[in-house]
Amino acid sequence: MAYSDRARQVYTDTLNGIKEAGLFKQERFIHSVQSADIEVEFPTGNPVKKVINMCANNYLGLSSHPDVVKAAHEGLETRGYGMSSVRFICGTQDIHKELEARLTEFLGTEDTILFPSCMDANAGVFEAILTKDDVMISDRLVHASIIDGIRLAPAMHDTYKHSDMEHLESKLQQYMDKRMRVVITDGVFSMDGDLAKLDVMADLCEKYDAMLFVDESHSSGFIGKTGRGTHEHCGVMGRVDIITTTFGKALGGASGGCVSGRREIVEMCRQKARPYLFSNTIAPVVVSGVLKVLETLSKSTERRDKLEVNTAFWRKGLLDAGFVLKEGDSPIVPVMLFNAKLAQDVSKDLFEEGIYAVGFFFPVVPNGQARIRTQISAGHDMHHLEKALAAFIKVGKKYNILGKTKNEIIEMYGN
Amino acid sequence: MENMKDIVLKYVIQEYCEDDSEEITYDTPLISGGIVDSFSMVSLKRFLEVKYKIQIPDDEATPEAFDNVNSIVALVEKFINK
Repeated sequence: MAYSDRARQVYTDTLNGIKEAGLFKQERFIHSVQSADIEVEFPTGNPVKKVINMCANNYLGLSSHPDVVKAAHEGLETRGYGMSSVRFICGTQDIHKELEARLTEFLGTEDTILFPSCMDANAGVFEAILTKDDVMISDRLVHASIIDGIRLAPAMHDTYKHSDMEHLESKLQQYMDKRMRVVITDGVFSMDGDLAKLDVMADLCEKYDAMLFVDESHSSGFIGKTGRGTHEHCGVMGRVDIITTTFGKALGGASGGCVSGRREIVEMCRQKARPYLFSNTIAPVVVSGVLKVLETLSKSTERRDKLEVNTAFWRKGLLDAGFVLKEGDSPIVPVMLFNAKLAQDVSKDLFEEGIYAVGFFFPVVPNGQARIRTQISAGHDMHHLEKALAAFIKVGKKYNILGKTKNEIIEMYGN
Repeated sequence: MENMKDIVLKYVIQEYCEDDSEEITYDTPLISGGIVDSFSMVSLKRFLEVKYKIQIPDDEATPEAFDNVNSIVALVEKFINK
C-alpha cells in the first residue's frame, strides 16, 4: 500500500498543529436555502437552529430568488445539466456566448470570457497576458486568488501599501524600465469593506502607461449608482483595462466568474488561460440563472438601493451603540474586536442569540486585527437588522466593549 | 556612515509599517509577526540587491532569512563577502 503509516502520521501531526494553533476550520451545515433566515446545524450533531445570516456574500438577496430559481430550472430543461467538454472542443453553448455579451454590456467593457470561478479567472489571467519583461504591482490586501495568479505568472511583482497612492506612484516610477506595468487591486476589499481609489489609480495608470486590473467580486451588482461596480462608483467606467468578477456572491451566488476588459486581453485569455483551456466552463443551469440576475439588475436598481439603506441603518446602529467599525461605504461592515479569542467568543454568543456572524483573525486578517465581519443584504428586512443589532448590543455589553476605543479593548483583552 | 542594520530597519519601517505606533527593533519578527507578509518580501529583496549590488538566490530568500533585521543583515553580509 502506497499510503504508508509514515504518510498518515505526517498528515495527522500537521492537522494537530493546525488545531493547536486555533486555526482549524470547521464547516457549519445549513439545512435550508441560502437567505436572511437560515437553519444551521452547529456544532455538528446539534439540533438545527434558526438564525439570521449576517455573513453571506448574498448582497442582493438573489441566491434563492424565485425568478432566478425558475430561470435555472428552464436552463436545465432546455440546455441540460453538463457539457462534458471544455469550451473549445464542444463545451460552448449559445447561452455561454449570450452571457459573455450581457456581461460586457453590464460592466461597460469591450469583451468578456467566462471562467469556472473568479478564483480561476484570477489564477489564469496574469500568466496568459504577461511575460518576464513585465511587472505586476498589487495592493497588499488583494484577495488570495489574485496572489495565486500573480505567483503563477512569469512577470516580476511588487506591492504597495494598502490604498496608499503615493506609495503606488513611487512603485510605478521604479518600474518604468519594464515593457508593461499592471496595477492590481480589489474594487471593494473583502476583509475591510473599503473601496479602492480607482479615480486616482486610473489617472496614475495613464500617467505612467500602466494597465489597471480590478477584481469586482465584492462590488458587481450593487456598488455604483446602477450597481455596475467600483468603476462606476469612481466614475472610471471604460478606463479599467481588466475586470474580474464572480457570480458566486451578489450575482446569484452559485459559482463562476469572468475576465472582462480590453478585447485583445480577453482573446489572449481564450488562447492561453489554463483554467479556461483545461476545465469545463459554467454549467448551463448556472448560466441561465446569471442571465436572469443581469436582466433583473438592468431593469431596476431597487435591490441595490435597498441594500444601501440597510447598510446605512446597520452601520449607524452599530456606531451609535459604541462599537468600533472599519470605516467604509460597502455592505461589508467589520466590527473590530482586535483579539482573536474575543472575536470567537462574541461570534459564539451571537449564535446563541440567533445571529450567525463569523469571527476572523490572523492569518486571515493581520495580527491584532481580529473582527466579526458582518455583511448586509437586500434580503434583510428591517426586523432582521433590528434583531441582529439588539443581539450585538447584548453581547457587546456582556464583554464591556461598547463605547470603548481600540486601545481600551486591547487593554482589556490583548491583541 | 549609517550602518547596514539601521539602513535596513529604516527601509522596513518606511516600506511596511502602516502607522507610527509600531515599534520595530533589530530582532522584531517581521514575517512570523505579521508585519511583512511573505508576498511583499519581494520589494525588500530588490532593495537589498540594488543597494548592496548583490544577487540573493530565491532559495536563500526564505521567510526565515527575512524574519528580522539581524537575520536580513547576516544574509546580505554573506553575499557581500562572496
